[in-house]
Amino acid sequence: MQILVYLIPISLFLGGLGLAAFFWALRSRQFDDPEGDSRRILSDDWDDQPRP
Amino acid sequence: MTAAFPPRPAACPACAVAPAAEALAKADDPTEARLLLSLPTIHCAGCISAVERGLAAEPGVRSARVNLTLKRVSVEAEPDVTAAGLIAVLDRLGYEAHELDPGMLSATATDKAGRDILMRLAVAGFAMMNVMLLSVAVWSGAADATRDLFHWVSAAIALPTIAFSAQPFFRNAWGALAAKRLNMDVPISLAILLAAGMSLYEVTQSGAHAYFDAALSLTFFLLAGRYLDHRTRAVARSAAEELAALEVPRALKITDTGEQTVSIAELAVGDIVRVKPGARVPVDGVITDGQSEIDRSLLTGESLPAFAGAGTVVCAGEVNLTGPLSVRVTAAGEDSSLHRMADLVAMAESARNRYTSLADRAARIYAPGVHLLSLFAFIGWLVQSGGDVRLALNIAVAVLIITCPCALGLAVPAVTTAASGRLFKRGMLIKDGTALERLAEVDTVVFDKTGTLTLGAPEATNLGDHPRRELEVALALAAGSAHPLAAALADAARRAGIQPARVTDVHEVPGYGVEGTWAGETVRFGRAGWLGAEPGRNTAAWLRIGAAAPIEFTFADSLRPGAEEAVRALRAQGKAVHLISGDAEGPVADMAARLGIENWVAGALPADKAARVRALGDAGHRVLMVGDGLNDTAALTAAYVSVSPATALDAARVASDIVLLGADLAPLAEAAVTAKKATRRIKENFTIAALYNMIAVPIALLGFATPLAAALAMSASSISVSLNALRLRS
Repeated sequence: MQILVYLIPISLFLGGLGLAAFFWALRSRQFDDPEGDSRRILSDDWDDQPRP
Repeated sequence: MTAAFPPRPAACPACAVAPAAEALAKADDPTEARLLLSLPTIHCAGCISAVERGLAAEPGVRSARVNLTLKRVSVEAEPDVTAAGLIAVLDRLGYEAHELDPGMLSATATDKAGRDILMRLAVAGFAMMNVMLLSVAVWSGAADATRDLFHWVSAAIALPTIAFSAQPFFRNAWGALAAKRLNMDVPISLAILLAAGMSLYEVTQSGAHAYFDAALSLTFFLLAGRYLDHRTRAVARSAAEELAALEVPRALKITDTGEQTVSIAELAVGDIVRVKPGARVPVDGVITDGQSEIDRSLLTGESLPAFAGAGTVVCAGEVNLTGPLSVRVTAAGEDSSLHRMADLVAMAESARNRYTSLADRAARIYAPGVHLLSLFAFIGWLVQSGGDVRLALNIAVAVLIITCPCALGLAVPAVTTAASGRLFKRGMLIKDGTALERLAEVDTVVFDKTGTLTLGAPEATNLGDHPRRELEVALALAAGSAHPLAAALADAARRAGIQPARVTDVHEVPGYGVEGTWAGETVRFGRAGWLGAEPGRNTAAWLRIGAAAPIEFTFADSLRPGAEEAVRALRAQGKAVHLISGDAEGPVADMAARLGIENWVAGALPADKAARVRALGDAGHRVLMVGDGLNDTAALTAAYVSVSPATALDAARVASDIVLLGADLAPLAEAAVTAKKATRRIKENFTIAALYNMIAVPIALLGFATPLAAALAMSASSISVSLNALRLRS
């Protein structure tokens, strides 16, 4: 059972990594235009004006 | 070779190609115009690239970025690029566009609130998953020191999370309690706090049951409902702001140095403004110079333009048709009809909102019920166990958690989000949260005519009755004018293959018509009075060649697309359809016959319209009013629920609950069906939630509820409620 001392912090850290990734996505405005982004990926235009 | 290039950030190949970074650096530059256009018709990947490429090809445009979710495009351009120019470009590409006032769109504020809730939701979700996993070990039989360890770890995750994520509930509950009221957030906050506090106490005492997972999943599911609710409201709010911003109020002020474009707010009484032909009159005033015809249809519903000359009083919202006018401002700021419109709307808003939504009605029964039930459980067990406070409190908390309105919190927002998303795709914007519920109960529909059932654009009706020679002359004259009747006639004649006659010296006589010389004779095309003709009962323009008797060209308003389908479908649904218009009897009777509407009224004044709508309401009917003009505003507010097209006047749009974004009326009938379905789903959701409670509450009251049972009941009811709501989307 001593292994729990390592495993629980590790699992929390990994989950926290996911949470941090979500925060990053939220702050870099990746949820502003979900519909447009899902279609844009299919367009074969060279996107030379990426969103700032 | 490659070594010769200066180093560039490898992650951004586009930066190397485009001056995006430079554009960014210039973002604060005052020499740049930032334009925002609404594009109600875009829907696909092809549209995005067509719009962006089309706009980027315009000289002066630095960048254009489409947001498909909000259906708008933001353009960064040189200061000399105007919205009107870009709208023309988009029109050529086949997209309808409207200018938005970026200053009025406080989108960033709602954005921030939305992101705040999303952040709390993410933290609650993360913590819930971890604590649930830790709880699995406890539920499967961990005991003694292991159980305590897991409980302590859970507490370490849960307590800070609750402190952060559940803040919106605590704040709302405190606000309600401070005002000595009860709302949904009071039992929610109490349940979360009691569950967390009691669990912490149990953990310090090495107890068997800790409700950390229940407290967290309660927070998570309720935040999810809150977020959905916020998103629907934010979309509606920003769209309402957007529509208010559609007409950017500007006026051409005549000063000593020439003409100057100013905002309406800067005008004072006595200033002279110029109104160009085709433009909307920006202020209330008196004409000092010039002659023209003005279109009052938005204000009164008349489809026939009226003569305007020096001394005529004009109001904001009327359209100047033929000649330039100079208008002396008589009312500006607070006294103008713009402000009166705002008053009308404010009155409307206070008169409305007597409707109590289904959610409020449910909460009113529910909130006291939950408290009483858990208090009853606490006292009951205290008596039963002979004063065991810990046991009684445990059971009371279990009851509070299980009855907590998790599913109820999701029941309404999930349905309204699904339904308004579906209607938004069809081009309808739900502005009011309870509009769907009210729309579902409608049994009578009242339409306005001009601008609602019709587009407000005339159509020539009797071209076939005239000899070719007259048509050729009429076309030659009509082609020289921008007047809507002349433009409609010219368009129809050209389509019929008529060639214009050789009329020389064509000139417009503002306010009267067009005059020219043909084969040595004076020819005139214009108002009946000018040509010495007797005006008939239809909208008409007259042609006189030399001294011959004038001949009449009649016009009818062209029907809005989908108007016939909408009326037919509404009648098929068993709803009574009425037509109430401010226009003359002739056109109204024609329109009613064309659409098969038996109940029609012509020449109704604004107060008349409202009185008729109110009378229908008093007779027990649930009235849906569809209108667009200032003369409809009072009727729109008097109705049980109201709809206006996007082309309507500000006041009408603000007064109505639902706005039609496209030109088509057909979605109206479908909206009524969707609204009915949505209300049924809401009621089903309440039933589901109540059923879960009916099963779970006796178990909790008898003291058999474990944290596992609470977690199961809560998740299962929330998920089934959400799934039921999602059925609306298909």
